[in-house]
Amino acid sequence: MRSALRKLFECVDVCLNAAFSPAANPMFQLGAMGWFFYWIVVGSGIYLYIFFDTGVTEAYESIQALTESQWYAGGIMRSLHRYASDALVVVALLHVLREFAADRLHGARTFTWITGVALLWFIYASGITGYWIVWDMFAQYVAIATAEWLDALPIFAEPIARNFLHDATLSGRFFTLFVFIHIVVPLIMLFFMWLHIQRLSQPAVNPPRRLALGTLAGMLALSLLYPATSQGPAVLTQVPAIVGMDWFYFFLYPLLDRYSGSALWAVVAGGTALLVLLPWLARSRQAPLRVARVDLPNCNGCGRCVADCPFGAITLQPRSDGLPYGTEAVVDPDLCVSCGLCVGACPTATPFRRRSKIIPGIELPDFPMAKLREDMIRVMAGIEGSARVLVVACTKGNSALTVQGDGFGMVSMPCVGMLPPSFIDFALSRRHADGVLLSGCADNDCFHRLGQRWTRMRIEAERDPALRARVPRDRVAINQQDTVGGTLNRQVLAFQQRLANYTDPGQGGNRTCVN
Amino acid sequence: MRQLAAIALQVLFYIAFMAGVGYFSTRPAYTHQDPALALVKLSFSHAGERKEDCRRLSPEEIADLPPNMRRPTKCSRERVPLYVELLLDDRMLYRAELPPSGLSGDGASSVYRRFPVPPGTHRLTAKLRDTRREQGFDHERSETVTLSARQNFVIDFKADIGGFLFL
Repeated sequence: MRSALRKLFECVDVCLNAAFSPAANPMFQLGAMGWFFYWIVVGSGIYLYIFFDTGVTEAYESIQALTESQWYAGGIMRSLHRYASDALVVVALLHVLREFAADRLHGARTFTWITGVALLWFIYASGITGYWIVWDMFAQYVAIATAEWLDALPIFAEPIARNFLHDATLSGRFFTLFVFIHIVVPLIMLFFMWLHIQRLSQPAVNPPRRLALGTLAGMLALSLLYPATSQGPAVLTQVPAIVGMDWFYFFLYPLLDRYSGSALWAVVAGGTALLVLLPWLARSRQAPLRVARVDLPNCNGCGRCVADCPFGAITLQPRSDGLPYGTEAVVDPDLCVSCGLCVGACPTATPFRRRSKIIPGIELPDFPMAKLREDMIRVMAGIEGSARVLVVACTKGNSALTVQGDGFGMVSMPCVGMLPPSFIDFALSRRHADGVLLSGCADNDCFHRLGQRWTRMRIEAERDPALRARVPRDRVAINQQDTVGGTLNRQVLAFQQRLANYTDPGQGGNRTCVN
Repeated sequence: MRQLAAIALQVLFYIAFMAGVGYFSTRPAYTHQDPALALVKLSFSHAGERKEDCRRLSPEEIADLPPNMRRPTKCSRERVPLYVELLLDDRMLYRAELPPSGLSGDGASSVYRRFPVPPGTHRLTAKLRDTRREQGFDHERSETVTLSARQNFVIDFKADIGGFLFL
């Protein structure tokens, strides 16, 4: 199921990449879009609250006045409030599915996964209570159905649904309570949203500007063309037999008319338990690697690994070995996902060593840099021609399975961000390859979050450790791996053709070995 | 040209997304209850009689109590379960024994039940036993009512204002 879901997402990604480019592909921004919709809901909610009156009849009348006599402001705000809430459900559920399909729920990510499951509850609690306070026919249905459902829990001495028996039992104070709940629950939700991203460094909480503007424009257009309206005032002496249902929030409610409230609680509790336990129930597609290890004699406490770690697993602490540096890197094994980005950031991870062994200040025990250097030399040995390509592939993608052909050698690692730029320099300057192709996950959808971004910035000399200026950038290519239909194969072939016609500036076709 | 195609695709995506959000925010409509039916709702919360009478304490027993807790009688907390029946045109709609709430069984008994019924004129009879008697009823009300489609007819019970309320 997971691989089918993954394939489906890959197909959608390809389509949306074509439309939006990977930089603004909404499927790569689901979490950030969730934040965006949340702020729209909060902003529009504050406006609505200013005009909202609590009371059995006042609630409906005040919302109706906003919708009709102030359609250009209050009406639009109301529509934005509803549609952004619905869109929040969509992106949150897609976010859950996508993280599951991409296997991003194990290890250090389990905490983020579980807080995300809790967020689903808050999203639904906020939405359901929001519908109560409009006090139209749909609110009447929702309030009574929810109260009856809550009454299935053996915690109330008296059925709370009795509050909605008839007009005499319904108090205006209820609406004060509803509004209070509808404000408090989203505030608690905001706390959980903050908690949700606590173990991520540089979390994406703002979508790219053009995606945000496009979405906002779409929401405004929808609000103008199809404004949110009420469904007639609630009348407790009448049954709201047919209601316009918000299926994003109430898709389970029809079950209450067919099964008992207890059965539905069992379904919801079971579903939640399943989601919470999924990191343990759904096996990781790849065996876990040992976490990063610091080699103190080679660590000078420069802090680049700390800055590049996508999960904040490395900290700088006072030196413990007496060497004349202020700090040393310390890895928290509970947070480390063994992505190797720290190795790619370490300036001591260089293959240009003649006498001493290659032991960087930090590295993955399962992917030592010395072995990477040997592997690079080995896979490229014996390859002839003027367009020999060294493919450095991320093991999280499918590149190892899809690349076929001659004239290239491949090494793989947990993330392309693990490759120190000096290795590219080494492969080209020592003439082990004529070009280096880095094949990672899709741009902006890096399994290890920041590998693609750091790699690009290092090659473009925007981030330390930067690829040296002497390396011809035309001999380095980054393939954003869509994984569909042998994209990498095509990229390798195209890169080889480009290399065959390429002459280094000032070299007349003969590149000099520079050590 | 390629950029134009990308923009067109973006617009299509936004339209599809917004149309989906707009549509499913209210449609398709859900039929919660057959609109041709009326609804009779039986709901009340009422405490039954105590299971045992209060017993008058002897002077010795009162003297044994701490001074601040001395009372002339001792009462058990537990209450009897309520027994309720609801009939529609002499047809039994609902019959149940409602246990008292609370860990000690000293709280009120509650019921909340919905009965969709055909509209029209019906004779509704509600009966309740809330004492220790084993046969018969302590409260009863029978009334002929005319129900319209989608009407929500409520049967409540308030002992302090005369028993069953037909609302």
